[in-house]
Amino acid sequence: MPTLSSGNVPPSVAGVDRDLDMSAHPAAIEARHLDFYYGEHQVLFDVSLTVPERSVTALIGPSGCGKSTFLRTMNRMNDLIEGSRCQGEILVEGQNIMDPAVDVVLLRKHVGMVFQKSTPFPKSIFDNVAYGPRVAGEKNRAVLADLVESCLRKAALWEEVKDRLTTSAMSLSGGQQQRLCIARTLATDPRIILMDEPASALDPASTDRIENLIGELCANYTIVIVTHNMQQASRVSHQTAFFYKGKLIESGPTMKIFTHPSEKKTEDYITGRFG
Amino acid sequence: MSEQNPSGKSARTNAGSINGAPINGESAKRRPAVSFVSGGDRHIRSRLMLSRVFAWLCRFSTYAALAVLVVLLAAIFYSSIGRLSPDFVTNTNSTSPLKAGILAGLWGSFWLILFTAMFSVPVGVGSAVYLEEIAKDSMLVRIIKVNLANLAGVPSIVYGILGYTVFRTSAAAIATLFDGKHVIGILGLFKVRLSKLPIYEDNILVGALTLTLVILPTVIAASQEALRSVPGSIRVASLALGATRWQTIWRQVIPAALPGISTGVILSTSRAIGEAAPLIMLGALTYTSMCPGGIESPLELLTKPAQLLQAPLDQFTAMPIEIYDWSKQPDARFTAVAASGIVVLLVVLLSINSVAMVVRHFASRRLKW
Repeated sequence: MPTLSSGNVPPSVAGVDRDLDMSAHPAAIEARHLDFYYGEHQVLFDVSLTVPERSVTALIGPSGCGKSTFLRTMNRMNDLIEGSRCQGEILVEGQNIMDPAVDVVLLRKHVGMVFQKSTPFPKSIFDNVAYGPRVAGEKNRAVLADLVESCLRKAALWEEVKDRLTTSAMSLSGGQQQRLCIARTLATDPRIILMDEPASALDPASTDRIENLIGELCANYTIVIVTHNMQQASRVSHQTAFFYKGKLIESGPTMKIFTHPSEKKTEDYITGRFG
Repeated sequence: MSEQNPSGKSARTNAGSINGAPINGESAKRRPAVSFVSGGDRHIRSRLMLSRVFAWLCRFSTYAALAVLVVLLAAIFYSSIGRLSPDFVTNTNSTSPLKAGILAGLWGSFWLILFTAMFSVPVGVGSAVYLEEIAKDSMLVRIIKVNLANLAGVPSIVYGILGYTVFRTSAAAIATLFDGKHVIGILGLFKVRLSKLPIYEDNILVGALTLTLVILPTVIAASQEALRSVPGSIRVASLALGATRWQTIWRQVIPAALPGISTGVILSTSRAIGEAAPLIMLGALTYTSMCPGGIESPLELLTKPAQLLQAPLDQFTAMPIEIYDWSKQPDARFTAVAASGIVVLLVVLLSINSVAMVVRHFASRRLKW
């Protein structure tokens, strides 16, 4: 049975300081007393969490604890599910995105999302990355070409694909496809990137690349990542939030959560007693 | 592990147990020998027999259908001997079985199918997109979805009656407007005489609109099926990149569903080519030597632009109608003419279906999920 000590926590990726108290940082996302229902079934109970700017926040917890639902409320992807309903507030850049006046298209440009299963469009690599800017109205070929290159560079994919931008994105490997999806999200120029278990379908080497990429990206972007893998949460995040049965049990600097959690439930989950 | 094995033997020599513990409690004794040679067990023998009989029944039903088709084709080709020749497709109809050809019907069917496709594709794909992508799951939508299947089962002659009542009557009303006598006063200021247009009541457009009704349920069902096969992750990914619903449908969903949609459309149109009943109901010509708009060769499509406009408003006949007409003729020599007509119709159908196969093959090669 593992015990809690900083010696058991794996080293963090470059660019992530897990001891930093982020509470002084300006907030990128603030959830306040959020309740969420699928029909009559309540899946989130009074969740309040502040995500600091330019940091990585990991959401952990057993399956069905509501962490993915919480992630999807932040760019209102849950709107697509019929019969879902939400109470409370989520402030992004100080604006309540639950307000009916909010345009979800503008919100999603600002709050990008990367999914568990990589979902490249059946188009060329170039067209995949250029999709976001194109639907936003960008037509200039030169502007698009520059943007595609810079986004692929940021996603650490440029060197591998620069000679075959016109080939189908379906020809890439799983890890490359996931980095392509990250590049595609970056191309809409978001400030916040939500990641729903971005590496759970990847081999260890590709996972490693994605984790390092997260460490690089958090210098410029606010990242919220849902993960089943606690090692991963401890490696990549500044802040960790532990969910259990729809409630936010505890959140705080990652090193604190993994070494001195305040709640017994958190400690039990982290040491593997359940979940 | 060795501590749990008090006998001290290695687990491998201890038959019927794992790590020294018996699997089924006390029945750790040796079980009777098993034979894998067939024929030993009566139960197994009868089960195998049943399985073989079933396989033969399935095989028989397949080859029986094939045999019927082969006999049918052979009989038709045999009957067509004596008339099937190049001039059969370049001649129009005639009272002489030696001169009668299918040209008028071929052109009539061409125009019908052209306009049927033009009407049914936008309406059919549009309804499918609405039902699958846009509409919320309401009672009304569910009623529509269920009844689309019922509509596909409605006999085509019923659509013929509907076409007669709605389209033919409207065409007649429009024809009287453009009879050369009609004068319309505009705001009491000046009067415009509508120029005379030769519009027939039983024109190509009326036929095409009726055939559109016949195939629309099938086109919608095929398009719905194609749209459903597009993975939802593509829609979600597109929306998450800030695309609107329209952009998602137009740029991702429809291109991905296109192979399925086009196959469905082509196969439905080929069904429409064979339809005679609704056209007879509309009053399409059975005996005519005139091609719509007077266009008798593909070259004339380019050289006679005025006729091109006349064609959709002209009277017509179609291949299945001519075949039906020939088969009713008392002169026995018309049997060969009817058979030749069927051969031409089949060739057209098979070419259309092979186009569908080619489209499907090439369009789906690009799409791999």
